[in-house]
Amino acid sequence: MASMEALARLMRELEDQLIVCMRCGMCQSVCPVFDQTGREADVARGKLALLSGLMEQMFDDPEGVYERLSRCLLCGSCAANCPSGVRVQEIFLKARAILSGYMGLPPAKRLILRGMLAKPAVFDRLTEWGARFQKIFTRPVNDIVGTSCARVMSPLIQDRHFRTLAKVPFHRQVPALDRPAGKSGLKVALFTGCLIDKMFPNIAHSTIRVLEHLGVGIFLPDNQGCCGIPALSSGDLDTFNRLLAHNLARFAAGDFDVLVTACATCTSTIHEVWPTMADERHRDAAVKLAERTMDINQFLVRDAGLEPSAAATDGTHTVTYHDPCHLKKSLKVFVEPRTVIQAARGCRLKEMAQPDWCCGMGGSFNLQYYDLSKGIGEKKADQIKATGADTLATGCPACMIQISDMLSRAGSKIAVRHPVELLAEGLDDHST
Amino acid sequence: MLSDSLIREFKTVVGDENAWTDATDLHTYSYDAAVVDAVRPGLIVRPTTTASLGKAVRLCNDNGLPLTVRGAGTNLSGGTVPLPGGVVVVTNGLKAIVEINEADMYAVVQPGVVTAKLAAAVEAKGLFYPPDPGSQAVSTIGGNVAENAGGLRGLKYGVTRDYVMGLSFFDVNGNLVKSGSRTVKCATGYNLTGLMVGSEGTLGVFAEIILKLIPLPAHRKAMMAVFESVEKASEAVAAVIANRIVPATLEFMDNYTIRAVEDFSKAGLPTDAAAMLLVELDGHAAQVEEDAARVETLCRDMGAISIRVASDADERDRVWAARRAALSALAQRKPTLVLEDATVPRSRIPDMVAAIQRIAKRYDLTIGTFGHAGDGNLHPTILTDKRDPAEWARVEKAIDAIFDDALKMGGTLSGEHGTGLAKSRYLEKETSAGTILFSSRLKRALDPKNILNPGKIFSAKE
Repeated sequence: MASMEALARLMRELEDQLIVCMRCGMCQSVCPVFDQTGREADVARGKLALLSGLMEQMFDDPEGVYERLSRCLLCGSCAANCPSGVRVQEIFLKARAILSGYMGLPPAKRLILRGMLAKPAVFDRLTEWGARFQKIFTRPVNDIVGTSCARVMSPLIQDRHFRTLAKVPFHRQVPALDRPAGKSGLKVALFTGCLIDKMFPNIAHSTIRVLEHLGVGIFLPDNQGCCGIPALSSGDLDTFNRLLAHNLARFAAGDFDVLVTACATCTSTIHEVWPTMADERHRDAAVKLAERTMDINQFLVRDAGLEPSAAATDGTHTVTYHDPCHLKKSLKVFVEPRTVIQAARGCRLKEMAQPDWCCGMGGSFNLQYYDLSKGIGEKKADQIKATGADTLATGCPACMIQISDMLSRAGSKIAVRHPVELLAEGLDDHST
Repeated sequence: MLSDSLIREFKTVVGDENAWTDATDLHTYSYDAAVVDAVRPGLIVRPTTTASLGKAVRLCNDNGLPLTVRGAGTNLSGGTVPLPGGVVVVTNGLKAIVEINEADMYAVVQPGVVTAKLAAAVEAKGLFYPPDPGSQAVSTIGGNVAENAGGLRGLKYGVTRDYVMGLSFFDVNGNLVKSGSRTVKCATGYNLTGLMVGSEGTLGVFAEIILKLIPLPAHRKAMMAVFESVEKASEAVAAVIANRIVPATLEFMDNYTIRAVEDFSKAGLPTDAAAMLLVELDGHAAQVEEDAARVETLCRDMGAISIRVASDADERDRVWAARRAALSALAQRKPTLVLEDATVPRSRIPDMVAAIQRIAKRYDLTIGTFGHAGDGNLHPTILTDKRDPAEWARVEKAIDAIFDDALKMGGTLSGEHGTGLAKSRYLEKETSAGTILFSSRLKRALDPKNILNPGKIFSAKE
């Protein structure tokens, strides 16, 4: 089989990273997908064994391996817990790229990734149309959580309770900003991120509000693109690199100390994934930008000197915090978001059990494997409800979508917010 | 090759969604954590009821299919590596803690319960299940019992064997066999429980296990003592035992391991120290404090260069973080890690450490040694790259030499990892030809078609 040999040769590129796995199986204790299924092919050890198997031509089923590789949230729980330090996400992203390059992207994915995502302007326009038409097809189901469901049965939406597209995306409300540093002496660049732009513009407004309050200058370039992770997780390196080049160019124009995002996934993509997956031409620029990229919570606490408010203990809101995998496991950021909540007026923090257990979203994982995703999310929803909190805060809009769906389906009245939103509301209520 | 109709029969028993035959899925059950060759099975089944487990066993026997039971697949001796075309029975679908009885201090569990989850569940009730194998976060009780797994607390609390009060299992025909009871005392019938513990899936398939629980110790205290020679560290161990103090854990790390841990975790360990002891005492607060003071004095008398006593839970965590990091720290140095567990009477530890150092030199290999000094169970850890055939040949010779030396000192090939595939050919050396013959006859009587994990522990004779 000449073609299998060709694939095996491509896989050899991963050999030095694959060999690091000693098959100890410790990843089974933290993998949210394995927790649901108990199947070895669902846990990192099994997937790494499959990649080694392809490399050594022990079996011939690249489609089967690609399918099993897709049954992964890329949450990084395994890597964070790996005794041998296997770079699991990097291996999986590279393997997805090799396999989809070898087999070709499925037509639907090609249309979405290359036809839409790779062209930020087209993507923006399409989602704006979507926002105008969504009222016709959906109806609100839970005002507090803020979700809707399908008016008629739809194979894509199924029985999801989803957050709707914003009527006007953030980039239409605030196309660009360039403000000098204020009393803090600091200036940040703001990378908005697709989900915040199109579904949660209030997070971006809150971010700006808080930065203004702390006297931090802002550079917000217009025509920002997607961070590229949806393309990469489908193995589409081409689209990823196009988006990377686009974004690097957008931010090259600005003068700033730190690049911040309020999206855990965007931050970890820029910080961890851009440097390792960038093509030769963009690597240096990607590494340099990655080095000064930071989660908004981390920036507020570490650089801008935000502290817990004195009134934190007698808050009117009980807030429980969910650790996004991309903050806790990829970037080791878990103290700062809690500090931000404690700094928000009227908010009292109450921990849930296993706050860092994945919510089960995983981007396209949720679309492809909704039942699995739901099983993982329901566990999270139960743990949130058990705290008795009235608000769930988390630092990632993707987690917010998943948790909103799970809470809303359970008929819960718990609001789902970003820590920065809580902070900004406190400012608006009590000071100017 | 299993016929389609036979696969359908298995699916009828366990449910369509719990039987897999895809080459890709089969590949993911071809290995465990041991450094042995992968073997691809022919079918994976994951029963979710005890009844379907029994039926699956019977179906294997009726059709002469080799059957390998697998919990979390963390075995370090190849015991869960299947036979070519055989059936793997995955037990993680049977994970109920059936009962935790506080009045009578026992727990009844299904075989797929994860060790750490049981430990946490009983601890929540103020009880204690002491066996704590290194893989406890994922390992299953069924696997622990089948391998007679150990852990860090062997010296004071013993190993898995010491906590199995009784169990039920399916024989090769799918009949349910019961042994032991929920009582502390039980003098009826053969001690089949004793036979089944450590039988590595070669005699029957566990259905349910009754485990002894004990009260949770009220107080704990940990300390770390550094020595300039292995001998002095060993003398300190001997002195502690001679003074009738029994720590819950008494762990040893050699210089190579200390340096690896320090590189890895920057915990501030003395990288020039020849050896380090990590000690934890538990029990009644007054006794623990008194014993801790005596251990500290004994270590100083035996020439400890420095001693760090943990004064609170944080410091205690830091002491154990260093020990927990040992395997990771070593694992990150080379692609292949061979973790051995040859065990000697505790007084022979200095000789064994010296022997391992000689072997490392003779075969030009990197070996880091850490382990359970209190019970003589060391983990010489060979760091290598299996892709280098010349070095791998030397690794195999070194393993032979480690076994030979351990046996010469009155020790055993395996303290806690089991015989499996990796050590089966050495078993006669440790025991006798008669032992292998006796075991072979026992095996043949109970498993005439030789389908229960054949080839593990020993190769059947005559």
